[in-house]
Parts: sequence; C-alpha cells; structure tokens
Amino acid sequence: MALLEVNDIHTYYGNIHALKGVSFEVDSGEIIALIGSNGAGKTTTLRTISGLMAPRDGRVLYDGEDISTARADTLVAKGISMVPEGRGVFAKLTVEENLDMGAYTRRDSGIKEDLKGAYELFPRLGERKKQVAGTLSGGEQQMLAIARALMAKPRLLLLDEPSMGLAPVLVDGVFDTVQRIANEGVTILLVEQNAHMALQIADRGYVLQSGEVAISDTAANLQQNETVQRTYLGID
Amino acid sequence: MFKWRTDDFSWVDFTIDVLRVIIVLGVVIGAWNTLSSGRISLAQWVNLFAAGLSQGSIYALIALGYTLVYGILLMINFAHGEVFMAGAFSTVFLAEALNRTGFLNAQPLLAILLMIAFAGLVSMSVAILLERIAYRPLRGSPRLVPLITAIGASFFLQYTFRGLYGSGFKAYPGVNALQGAIEIGGISIPVVQVFVFCAAIFLMLCLYWLVERTRVGKAMRAVSENKEVARLMGIDIDWVIMFTFGVGGFLAGSAGVINGLFRPQGVNFYMGFIPGIKAFTAAVLGGIGNIPGAMLGGLFLGVIEAIGPNLVLAGLGIPGANQLKDVIAFTMLVLVLIFRPQGILGERLSETKA
Ligand SMILES: Nc1ncnc2c1ncn2[C@@H]1O[C@H](COP(=O)(O)OP(=O)(O)OP(=O)(O)O)[C@@H](O)[C@H]1O
Ligand SMILES: [Mg+2]
Repeated sequence: MALLEVNDIHTYYGNIHALKGVSFEVDSGEIIALIGSNGAGKTTTLRTISGLMAPRDGRVLYDGEDISTARADTLVAKGISMVPEGRGVFAKLTVEENLDMGAYTRRDSGIKEDLKGAYELFPRLGERKKQVAGTLSGGEQQMLAIARALMAKPRLLLLDEPSMGLAPVLVDGVFDTVQRIANEGVTILLVEQNAHMALQIADRGYVLQSGEVAISDTAANLQQNETVQRTYLGID
Repeated sequence: MFKWRTDDFSWVDFTIDVLRVIIVLGVVIGAWNTLSSGRISLAQWVNLFAAGLSQGSIYALIALGYTLVYGILLMINFAHGEVFMAGAFSTVFLAEALNRTGFLNAQPLLAILLMIAFAGLVSMSVAILLERIAYRPLRGSPRLVPLITAIGASFFLQYTFRGLYGSGFKAYPGVNALQGAIEIGGISIPVVQVFVFCAAIFLMLCLYWLVERTRVGKAMRAVSENKEVARLMGIDIDWVIMFTFGVGGFLAGSAGVINGLFRPQGVNFYMGFIPGIKAFTAAVLGGIGNIPGAMLGGLFLGVIEAIGPNLVLAGLGIPGANQLKDVIAFTMLVLVLIFRPQGILGERLSETKA
C-alpha cells in the first residue's frame, strides 16, 4: 500500500480551478519529484496534501486514511511535515525557537537529542542558535526550514522548491541534504523547478501541467524523455 | 481634488512643523515658568511622579491586552475596557464578603491574591467569550466589521452589568495594611502606591516569562508572525488566539483589583470606558503590538498625566490644570498619531501589516 495516495483531486482558489484531477502515489521510502513550470499547480498540490487547503473533489489518502479535509495542524502529529515555498522561517524567533516550534506537537523526551542532531546536520545553525532567524542568509534560512520540519520526526516530508533563490554553490548542498534525509528512511515529495537536480536524486517523477499530471515515469526515463528534456531540462 | 502639494512646498508638512514648534515652545515655557516660580517642591514632584507610576502601571496592565490581541490578529479589541470593568466590578462583591468575615484584614496578602485570581478569571472568561462569540465568526472580514462589533459588545457588557447591579457606584473596602506611607529621605510615599507598582511589575514579569520562555508563548509569537506556517508546525491557531485573549483578559481583571485598591471609589458599569481609552493610548504610545512598548507606554502616560498639568499647563497660566488630566492623555494620543504613528518602540507598519 502506498504511503500517500492522491486520487483525482480538484482544488480551487475561489473560482480558479487550480488542480483539475491530479492523481499520483508515493510509496514508503521513495523520493518523488513533482516538476512543472510556473503556475502548474505544484504548490497547490502540496498545500492540499498538508491540509492548508481542502480539495473540492477527490481524496487524499495517507497510510490508508482519508485526510482530504483534515486540518493542517492535526496532520503534523500523524507524520506529515512541509517546508513551505519561500521557507517561512519565523524571522523574529531565534534559530532554536524555530526548531522548538518544529517539535511543537511532540511530547517525548527525545527533543533535546534531536536538536543536537539538527545542529550536527547543519553546524551553521548551531553557531547561530541564539540569533533571530531574520538575520540568517537565504541558504541558512533554507537549512533552518528543513531542520525545523525534521524536528517533527515526519514520515512524509513535503518540500516546496528548496533550491529556489539559492546561489548555485548552495543548490548542490540542498539536494545532498534531501538525499541524506531520504537515506534515514523519510519519504520525500519534492517540488522543484530545477528538474535536472530533482530527477537526479528522485526515484520517480510526475510532470504537472496546468493543474493536471501530464507525464509520469521513473526519474531515469523522465531524464531521457524528449518533452521533459525540451521543456524542463533545457536540452534541445 | 484640492492639491496640497506644490512642487517643493507642502502645507501639511508646514502645518505639522509649526505645530511641533508650538508644542515644544509651550512645554519649555510652561515648565520654565513653573520651575522658576518654585511653587512645587522637590518632594511634591517626587510624590506626583510616584502617583503617576502607580496609575501608569494600571494603564500598562490594561494596555497589554490591546497589544497582545493586536499582535496576533491585527485587530483592536475596543471592548477591552469592559473586560477590565467586568473583573473589577465582580470582585467588589468578593472583596465585600472578605471584608465582612474579617479575612481581608486578617490575611491581606492572601485575600488580595484571591481577589486578583478571581477578577482575572472573570475577565479572562469575558475576553474568551468575546473572542468566540463576537470576533471569531468575523475573522477574515473587512477590518471595520470587528471594530463595529467591538463597540456593540462594549454596550452589551456595560448594560448587562448595569442591569444586574444597577447604575450606582460601589467601592472597594479599605485594606489596613495598605494605609500609611513609607518614608524615604524625607519623602513619604503611600504604601498603596508601592504595592500597586510592585504588583503590576510582578504581573508583567510573569507575562514576559510566559511569552519568552514557554512553549505556548513561543507559539503565540509564531502565530503572530505567520499563521499559515504556524499551522504547519502543528499549532492550533484558534486555540492560541483564544489563549491570547485570555491572557489579556486576566491582566485586565487583575488591573481591576489593583485599581480598586488604589482608587477604591468609582466602580460602576461605566468604569471601563476612560481607562480603556487611556490604556489604548498607552499601547499606541509604546507601539501597538509591542509588549515592552505597552508597559513603557502605560508608565509614561501615567507619569505625564500626573506631572504634565502641574508642570506645563499651570506654568502657562491655564487655570484648574489638574482637572485637565484626561485632556493630556487624549492630546498625547492625537500627537503620537500625527508625529510618530508607530509609537515609541514600534516599527513602522508596512502596508501589508497595517
Ligand atoms: N492565492 C491564490 N489565489 C488565486 N489563484 C492562485 C493563488 N495561488 C495560486 N493560484 C493559481 O493557481 C495555479 C497554481 O498555482 P501554484 O502556486 O500551485 O503553482 P506552482 O506550480 O507552485 O507555481 P510556481 O512554480 O510559480 O511556484 C496558478 O494558475 C495560480 O495563478
Ligand atoms: Mg509554487
């Protein structure tokens, strides 16, 4: 059984029909890439899964349970974490307070240990734990957003364009980190405009176009696909 | 449209500049006249200052309620004065009972703590009910809508209390332990003023600890910064908003008791109106949404109110200066809104936030 099953969802912004019947599956342990151009509906898809929006039609199944209308804050405890587009760090909270908020729903005693783990994964954050997040560089904020999402101990991590706006030297680091998180057993749904990098680390991928899934295949096949090469990889 | 601005000259700016000069001149001349006349001794100044601090700490406690709610919802809860009234009014009855049994004077500290807890809980409940019934259903509607609702809720609360207990005044019983004065270097300060100030500061330190150090306090700050991301952290933002109203309410209720001990007379259904507006002024003075700002704004307003009329107005030869206290507060509100709308500590509000 798939960990996440998105079944023919239709999501609207008022009258704007943003998702027109999107379906896909994510199996436990996979890295799935969701690619597509501006306005294709990638963010809307993640928002619908994470509970920030509800689909008007169709269903989202997580671990066999229908979560289509579940509120975002109840899904965190079930194991779904999201790194939103534009990172969304709390600029006025310190780095450590941001990480505390990541662990908000947890009551176990392992939080301290995981905080240490986060600082080991991202030593830069450890050096700046008392600093307010608004003063971090873009790359550091992205690390913080990812570390914060991990503090919830997710089974499924939703990442919305983690490489966006980062200097090219930092982009490799981000994808490296995503790969490492996946190696720890976290299932990943990765939205990217940087299709090239996303498909390198992904197992499978889906191409969204105007609110619909246009192509779905293994990452290796997508890299060879002519349409994908032309439209998303910049290869003629 | 009438054009205010020509290329390099603006009548608005010019008028504001003239106003600035007039105000500064007025303050300087008034203060100079008063000080050089020596009508008021140093000891009297200190007494005025101390009384101002006490009154100001009560404003500060109420102002925190405005600022907490504004910080999280960008909304001004204009019924907050009535939240204060509800706690202050209800607790008169408890205070009378405690006085009749003699407990109030046998165990003053315990009795006052009990009264503060009771008033706090009453005001907290009123604030939470307000949020649930009057404001929550309107979240996301235009900003004017909850404002009008707040005014309606104010009237509702005032006339509920009037209906229940009549329109007459009630008074808090005197507490013997708070009578008398403390002598420091030839200056005597009433015990009750020291008590009021210390109690208020203690409550503010508790609030500081709550907001800065606890899990729910961090959640409050997170919700205030970005509600959507807060939800992605698993924070139930409706609960946090309710909690914030509750905290503001608790502080207002305790301010009601502290106010009752400081100025025993004057408890009635209408008592929340003026302190409410003054505390709002204090919150704006400190920069609305800013917690230390509300504290400082309250203290500052209290002191200005106590000293200003004697120092400036009397020096300018304005008769009955002490009766003009309220005018000072509201003039300050207008001046702050003209010259520094972001308040003393506030950051300039961006369009999106305002
Ligand atoms: N708040 C909104 N109100 C109205 N329409 C919206 C809103 N957000 C997105 N849309 C519309 O929904 C569609 C899908 O948008 P979405 O943000 O999901 O795209 P995306 O694939 O994430 O694009 P990008 O790569 O630019 O982030 C677009 O046509 C967009 O214009
Ligand atoms: Mg997007």
